[in-house]
Amino acid sequence: MLANSQGIENVHAHATQGAAPVLSLEGISKSFPGVKALSEVALELYPGEVTALVGENGAGKSTIVKVLTGIYQPDGGRISINGQPVSFPTAQDAGKAGVTAIHQETVLFDDLSVAENIFIGHAPKTRFGLIDRAEMLRKSKDLLDRIGAQIDPKVTLKDLGIANKHLVAIARALSVDAKIVIMDEPTASLSHKEIEETYELVERLKAEGKAILFISHKFDEIFRIADRFTVFRDGQMVGAGKISDVTEQDLVRLMVGRSVDQVFPERNSNPGEEVFKVAGYCHPTEFEDIGFSLRRGEILGFYGLVGAGRSEVMQALFGVTKPSKGAIRIDGEIAVIRSPDEAISHGIVYVPEDRGRQGAIKGLPIFQNVSLPSLKKTSKNGFLRLAEEFKLARDYTQRLDLRAAALDQDIGELSGGNQQKVVIAKWLATQPRVIILDEPTKGIDIGSKAAVHEFMAELAAEGLAVIMVSSEIPEILGMSDRVIVMREGRIAAEFEGGDLTPEHLVRAAAGISEVKS
Amino acid sequence: MSLASGTSQVSDRQIPDRLRSPLQRFLASWELLLLGVAVAVFIINSFASPYFLDPWNLSDATFNFTEKALIAFAMALLIISGEIDLSVASIIALASTAMGFAVQLGADTSILVLIGLGVGLACGAFNGFLVTGFGLPSIVVTIGTMSLFRGISYIVLGDKAYTGYPSDFAFFGQGYVWWVISFELVLFAVMAILFAILLHRTNFGRAVYVIGNNPVGALFSGIQVSRVKFILFLLTGVMSGVAAICLTSRLGATRPSIAFGWELEVVTMVVLGGISILGGSGTIPGVVIAAFVMGMVTFGFGLLNVPGIVMSIFIGLLLIAVIALPRIARQLLARRRT
Amino acid sequence: MIQSLIKSREGILAAAILALLLVISTRFPAFAAPKNLASVFNDTAPLIILALGQMAVILTRCIDLSVAANLALTGMVVAMLNTAMPDLPVPVILLIAIGLGTLMGLVNGLLVWKLDIPPIVVTLGTMTIYRGIIFVISGGEWINAHEMSPAFKAFPREVILGLPVLSWMAILVVVGFIILVGRSPLGRAFYAVGGNPHAAVYTGINVGRTQCAAFILSGALAGLTGYLWVARYAVAYVDIAGGFELEVVAACVIGGISIAGGIGSVGGALLGALFLGIVKNALPVVNISPFWQLAISGSAIIIAVAFNATSNRTKGRVILKKAEHAL
Repeated sequence: MLANSQGIENVHAHATQGAAPVLSLEGISKSFPGVKALSEVALELYPGEVTALVGENGAGKSTIVKVLTGIYQPDGGRISINGQPVSFPTAQDAGKAGVTAIHQETVLFDDLSVAENIFIGHAPKTRFGLIDRAEMLRKSKDLLDRIGAQIDPKVTLKDLGIANKHLVAIARALSVDAKIVIMDEPTASLSHKEIEETYELVERLKAEGKAILFISHKFDEIFRIADRFTVFRDGQMVGAGKISDVTEQDLVRLMVGRSVDQVFPERNSNPGEEVFKVAGYCHPTEFEDIGFSLRRGEILGFYGLVGAGRSEVMQALFGVTKPSKGAIRIDGEIAVIRSPDEAISHGIVYVPEDRGRQGAIKGLPIFQNVSLPSLKKTSKNGFLRLAEEFKLARDYTQRLDLRAAALDQDIGELSGGNQQKVVIAKWLATQPRVIILDEPTKGIDIGSKAAVHEFMAELAAEGLAVIMVSSEIPEILGMSDRVIVMREGRIAAEFEGGDLTPEHLVRAAAGISEVKS
Repeated sequence: MSLASGTSQVSDRQIPDRLRSPLQRFLASWELLLLGVAVAVFIINSFASPYFLDPWNLSDATFNFTEKALIAFAMALLIISGEIDLSVASIIALASTAMGFAVQLGADTSILVLIGLGVGLACGAFNGFLVTGFGLPSIVVTIGTMSLFRGISYIVLGDKAYTGYPSDFAFFGQGYVWWVISFELVLFAVMAILFAILLHRTNFGRAVYVIGNNPVGALFSGIQVSRVKFILFLLTGVMSGVAAICLTSRLGATRPSIAFGWELEVVTMVVLGGISILGGSGTIPGVVIAAFVMGMVTFGFGLLNVPGIVMSIFIGLLLIAVIALPRIARQLLARRRT
Repeated sequence: MIQSLIKSREGILAAAILALLLVISTRFPAFAAPKNLASVFNDTAPLIILALGQMAVILTRCIDLSVAANLALTGMVVAMLNTAMPDLPVPVILLIAIGLGTLMGLVNGLLVWKLDIPPIVVTLGTMTIYRGIIFVISGGEWINAHEMSPAFKAFPREVILGLPVLSWMAILVVVGFIILVGRSPLGRAFYAVGGNPHAAVYTGINVGRTQCAAFILSGALAGLTGYLWVARYAVAYVDIAGGFELEVVAACVIGGISIAGGIGSVGGALLGALFLGIVKNALPVVNISPFWQLAISGSAIIIAVAFNATSNRTKGRVILKKAEHAL
């Protein structure tokens, strides 16, 4: 019966290809206190086609996903499916209408079985209204077979690896027999092989006539699997069309609203003496044999795929986690770092990737965020001196061109970019020798991004040693003097000067051996 | 385009320190509202009973809140940091039992005070060790120690009671420093000032707020989160010990059911004082006013011959209403706006 | 591997209970006699029923501290009804008890769901309010055995197939819970909401409503127990079952129900309650004062939660290939 209905849908899909969209959004707006996340955006999805949704972080992509899945209610606009106007007051309604989403961080349940993860919310039931376990297991097995996943449906989800969890999420999407599948950065944390398997799956879903919304930051995959594109910028839809009609450059220009080569500041790099040296740093499960050195005025880039262990290394250098082996030298002297406290007193500071959780202290005013690691300086005998704190905050936030109403404003009320400026100011106020920036421009607007880049260049020129972890190749290339590539917890390669090419970085990160072309 | 306009006007724009003056902040604060309530309760009470305005009656009224408030000050810091201690009343029971036991062995007042403080400190250290050493949720740990501490009192005392405290021990709970000003009231005032300074004027107090708002961020900013939390549990334990000394001295006897249910009243006092139960915000002056409000209300009910357990309905309602009303107001406002 | 470890948690507890029984029976063989064990079970029945209700609440990342007060208030109301209308049949009493308990659970649930107030605050508050109301309606008076009708008192003691109705009620609730928690969409939603509330929203589960349902369930069972308790002990007063909520939470924690939500089983809650019940009944037999009870359950909570935490400690990310193989 199942196969039968799909057959029909298939035929239908091919008959209407390129004609009417299965889902269309018109004039969708959504505001949050202080932010207009979406303003009058439009989006169309076609059966049997992949539409890539591209845009910078903060462009409104995740908001539109939440609108489509019934998590957010739009303030205005129309959603229609097959020409019929619909609304999704709850996530369940969106599911019933045939919309399903496979999320960035696989949002599933670690303590439930694979079968339950696939069927929670719509499990097959016996005539007493209870869950029919046997049927659920059987159907799960079918679905997993269909996507070629070798997973036992009875296993608890937490025993699976990340790639298999992803397959479970996809099986879940298929289980509701959705017409519209939203894939939110499905390949972000997958290995090369798993990514290929994901592409195959997308092809299969296309063949089944599903309309796919594919959100991605990777241009190569967009051009490989997408049929159409829609570009969002600052909550607005700024372009849409067929992929075959555009180039990578066109998309980038639409995304950023200007051409890319203007982004990075000019730098006259002139590194001084060595200040920081790491040797033989190991951790039981996260990384192994990490060693490098860093000079004054140098920007050292750390590139790698998500999950390659870069942040883990940085957090160990900062004393958050304990290494099992290895040594740090600062100006040639051995430094023992067992806690962030000790790292800070050695002049090593860390601007974390997870700004909301690890960087900004939301709920506290800007000036207290800035003065936090410098309280020993601003206070006297353990007693606070607010005037000193305000002075410190003013000095450092001004250098970063912070936009805020007042220094006693809650940092949580600022935009992502301005929050990041406060976090950077907070660390600069400690007058560090080494600053580690972990994905410093992730999720911040273009204006702030440029300000952060310019400021990094300035810091290096003043003689600070900078480590920058980034997954964005243009940023890595545009900012770094030298780049270390990590893969699976180890240093895979180091590039400098003329060797610093996108191709080298990608190959080293993915573990593909050099091929002469 | 935003970039161009952004960088051109960098230079002499300055962000003001404060958006609103401290006075403006105070005028819009929970503390002021609470102060209004306190005044209202005071006025209502003075009309409701002719005995209320008598200085000695008023002085008696303060005993309704001084001992609980001593714990509430420390609990306020603990709750701001995102933890809670439900075992405080049981610490009183255990400390009081230990003091009673020592009396049977002939201990004098100074030893009793040391024992009271020491037991409080030890209990606080035990809670703190379980929470910070093992990373256990404080709510479950202190539900456990709540049974354990009082359970030990029951094992020691059963259905008996310790009495026979030395006569000079009575000063802590029954003594007056000057005219109608009791020792407890003076202790309350001193502790209120000390805790206000600790929370609002020191680096330690700042760390408490930071941890309550974002424990991970605090760790990443170089704050020794576990150490601060451990100290807060110690403080709460010691203040429970202080309250045990005062209460035991006032009652002149120890039963294992002593201070039963006080943890609820202490938490209510803290929450009524404007401390967020989710941590991160609130002030000591708020708790001080809340203590007065609760004391006055209890005393007023007492003058009207309302039994204690009915007052507990009021306290339960107060606890929920204090949190619920602002949320309801916010929901109504949000609805009107859309 | 981890799964089998969690599965054996119930095994460890069952073994501990058996060992406890064994140790007691070597000195006091009469304790392990089937007849005595049945009476221990009957004694523990209220704790079992309430622990299961509490389990539902804890699974959804909440806690219900008002169960004992709910039990006492319901018990007082039905006892007063019985003295006023001695002819009211037991089924009607049962319905009223469950209905009243449900209502009190609903109050808790709505405050948590609609106003988003932390459950600990809500139930600490309603706990005192419900207790206070008992005083208000009863005027602090006791209702004693002679004021209750024979039928009212007899119901929980009625013996069917060798076991009193009270025991059967507990068995019924256990069976009902096995089905509810294991097989019904609502039961699975409890796990989903507690395990990952964020993801639950995406799968179309309303987190607040599910939590409210758990509170209603807990309240209904407290109401049912309220009648059974008052009828069995043939007395109702303000302080009955005082502090019992802690014993209920203790049973859950000992039974391995994670206070962080999403993890726990009916078997665990049952065994946790039985463990406490056996300890309580064994104390007088082995000549230890019943005043030890409180300290023992307190220690049991602490030990159980510490044990849970060490066995469930989250490991860091595994990036190194060789570390992956070593695991």
